[in-house]
Amino acid sequence: MSLVRAVRLKTARLLLAGIFLILASVSLGAEDRIHKVQNVFDPHSTPAHGILGIAWIVLAICALIFVVVGSLLVYAIWRFREKRGDQGTEPPQVYGSNQIEMAWTVIPLLIVLVLILVTARTTIEIDEPAFPADALQIQVVGHQWWWEVVYPEQGFITANEIHIPVSSEDDPRPAIIQLASADVAHSFWVPQLGGKRDLLPNHPNRMWIEPEQTGVYWGNCAEFCGTQHANMLIRVVVDTPEEFEAWVLNQQRPPREDPAVAGGRHIFETMTCINCHAVGEKGAQNGFGPDLTHLMTRGTIGAGVGETSRDDLYQWLKDPDSMKPGCYMPDMKLSERQLNKLTDYLTTLK
Amino acid sequence: MSTSDSNASQGSIQSTEALQAEAASRSRILEWIMTVDHKRLGIMYILAGLVFFVVAGIMAALIRIQLAVPHNHFLGPEVFNRMFTMHGTSMVFLFGMPTIAGLANYLIPLMVGTRDMAFPRLNAFGFWIFLFGGCLLFYSYLGAPGIYGSGSAPDVGWFAYAPLTSKVFSRGHTVDYWALSILLTGIGSLATAVNIIATVFCLRCKGMTLFRLPLFVWMVLVTAFLMVLALPPLSAAQIMLLLDRFLGAGFFDTQTGGSAVIWQHFFWIFGHPEVYILILPGFAVVSEIIPVFSRKPIFGYPVMVAASIMITFISLGVWAHHMFTIGMTSVGNVFFATSTLLIAIPTGIKIFNWLGTMWGGSLRFEPPMLFCMGFLFQFLAAGLTGVMLAIVPFDWQLSDSYFVVAHFHYVLVGGLLFTVFAAVYYWYPKVTGRMLGGRIGKWHFWLLVVGFNLTFGVQHFLGLLGMPRRIYTYEAGRGWELWNMISTIGVVFQAAAILLFVYNLVHSWYRGKQAGPDPWDAWTLEWATSSPPPSYNFRQLPEVGSRRPLWDLKHPDDPDWYHEE
Repeated sequence: MSLVRAVRLKTARLLLAGIFLILASVSLGAEDRIHKVQNVFDPHSTPAHGILGIAWIVLAICALIFVVVGSLLVYAIWRFREKRGDQGTEPPQVYGSNQIEMAWTVIPLLIVLVLILVTARTTIEIDEPAFPADALQIQVVGHQWWWEVVYPEQGFITANEIHIPVSSEDDPRPAIIQLASADVAHSFWVPQLGGKRDLLPNHPNRMWIEPEQTGVYWGNCAEFCGTQHANMLIRVVVDTPEEFEAWVLNQQRPPREDPAVAGGRHIFETMTCINCHAVGEKGAQNGFGPDLTHLMTRGTIGAGVGETSRDDLYQWLKDPDSMKPGCYMPDMKLSERQLNKLTDYLTTLK
Repeated sequence: MSTSDSNASQGSIQSTEALQAEAASRSRILEWIMTVDHKRLGIMYILAGLVFFVVAGIMAALIRIQLAVPHNHFLGPEVFNRMFTMHGTSMVFLFGMPTIAGLANYLIPLMVGTRDMAFPRLNAFGFWIFLFGGCLLFYSYLGAPGIYGSGSAPDVGWFAYAPLTSKVFSRGHTVDYWALSILLTGIGSLATAVNIIATVFCLRCKGMTLFRLPLFVWMVLVTAFLMVLALPPLSAAQIMLLLDRFLGAGFFDTQTGGSAVIWQHFFWIFGHPEVYILILPGFAVVSEIIPVFSRKPIFGYPVMVAASIMITFISLGVWAHHMFTIGMTSVGNVFFATSTLLIAIPTGIKIFNWLGTMWGGSLRFEPPMLFCMGFLFQFLAAGLTGVMLAIVPFDWQLSDSYFVVAHFHYVLVGGLLFTVFAAVYYWYPKVTGRMLGGRIGKWHFWLLVVGFNLTFGVQHFLGLLGMPRRIYTYEAGRGWELWNMISTIGVVFQAAAILLFVYNLVHSWYRGKQAGPDPWDAWTLEWATSSPPPSYNFRQLPEVGSRRPLWDLKHPDDPDWYHEE
């Protein structure tokens, strides 16, 4: 970071601060804990900070080059425009100059060398970190069009929302995210926490984040993955360590069995729901559809197309295509009674 | 033909005339279909390219309408996905490539002082196979059985990443149409490339040494080499994809152990040189126009040639900068960042040399020059965002976001398209014998500058605010509404500009001012013959003594060969 600060030029900083202000002006109102605006210039986690550091250097250099070369162009266009009396005469014919060519080869070469060194340093810093052995491990598996989230050490599976504890200087808690795909290529991108990394079948990947502020951070799938690529949203929930422990404890619990909604559970277990979904031990453990054991602890359904409210759940069960056209959740043609019972059952899965 | 003539001679005189006229008009169409004349093929390439440009442009406008407001229901996801796939594929393979082939075909024999390309029949074959490929791609809208048995177009994006293209994830034949039609247009491009190389090496007129070639010819020549080197990997990959889909070969089918990453390598080892295949001819056009409208020779001719060759070589080793997010080793990442940053040097040299050419000149801002000026600023911006994308960690944020969309539209629209318009305004008088309207040309230019920068300038911000590319809808409240709306408003200006351009083309064809052989007071050989040139180009093949043969003719007191080493 010392290098970052050293290279920052005051003038360039002012210029770029202007751009930042323009961008930030739209993100007003993001003061609360939900970070819906995924501003790259507003990072809240270690790799994203490092990326922004090098980004400022590059932005400063590029802005400087643009201003210098652009001004030269404007000057040449203005100064050497055809003037009255130019007609019929030709300006002095100049064929080139080796000294000038040398100058505008060597200066860019030096700039490029600096950029290469800075890039190498930050790339290695972010890509090859040293982690404590007890760092939190999370597996994220991309599906068309949702995220399966596995906590192997804690022993549970959830979907579309990743909970991690907040990091601080006294208590660093990096989270290592293993990335894989069950079908096509996807890409995991939560801009305020870190850069993106692809989820590819037969090609396991890894990334890490270490957020220093609690809140809910939005992200998207960033690699085109088919019909509903647009509605493949991620939410990373950064909890305080205590909140995180409580959340883990709840996720580890077996599913609630409320006798009041036995009818709905019966529908869930006897209709085709369990071919794709699981609640606890019951149902498909193949991860074809999201695990629903603690559905209501999540904020959204359908990877972000609706909220976990009764209305949205009802609509989702009734006609998934109306909320997420082309998704693989079928319309089961349930009767209104069945729909109500099933929705009642699902809303108890806390 | 002879039988119809003899039949007609038995009828009245009037009907004979009518029949002859009909036969003549029929044969005019036939003449175009059966022609092997490089000029006619060049014109047909460019016209076909323009048709595909308009179609793909309309698709882009529809895409922008869909994204103007959050939660829009103008296009559904399936339609949207087909549309951006067809837009990208068409703009690259059916507008960019044929327009370049058209310019090269029309101009190279004239510029090197010969009567035709080296292989005229191969030339015609190249055009028709390209046109067939293009039509086949669009026929997929009717012919490819998509889901529910309806027709539909490819919907996997123009780089068709595996394994989305495998049988499991793309049912029907949409992907087959994509692979097969682009394979065919690729064969056409290869034919053109071989032809360009042979023509430049074997058919130059007397005195036209390699170092007296116009820079246009030099840059198109290195482009042709790049095509020969870069297209086969794409063709190979497409054949492997077709084998996967029809015979279950499993190269890219991850479910049978294939590799998604190998497809990306195959595609981008074609795909990045492809960017230079598209932009080097743009450089070529600018390198002809800026000197003429600055009234000075190009600054540093040998350096320009060297820079073009350097770009060609380096561009073959930068492809994996499209893949910084797939999880390569740090060594791999830094290697490709290095090669990508290095390519900025010869590219920068070019911009400086154009600046040097203008310096001390007497600049005339006719439409061709205006488009070149627009190009200089916009390409400068595109180059600098390219530098940002080469910085691996920054790319982890920017890759696959709207920042990338903005970047490559600055390269291909702000760069290539502006130079194509510059070329059309510059050479239209040569092709038709009439000038394009200058006043409309200026309106066309300024509307396009405003519209283009509105549409694509703000997309940089969208990328920095986390908007991924290729999403058909988005939720309100994520900070993207304003910029998307501005981006769509820009389309109105661009559409107006293109309408004016088409009007100008048609109107000037009938009403344009007579151009004469050399309306711009230019210096290369194409201006030494009539406008339009006769089918044999030159009555006598010319002989040149310098890089600017017409300058030597016009200024016998101070000829160029006196100054050139």
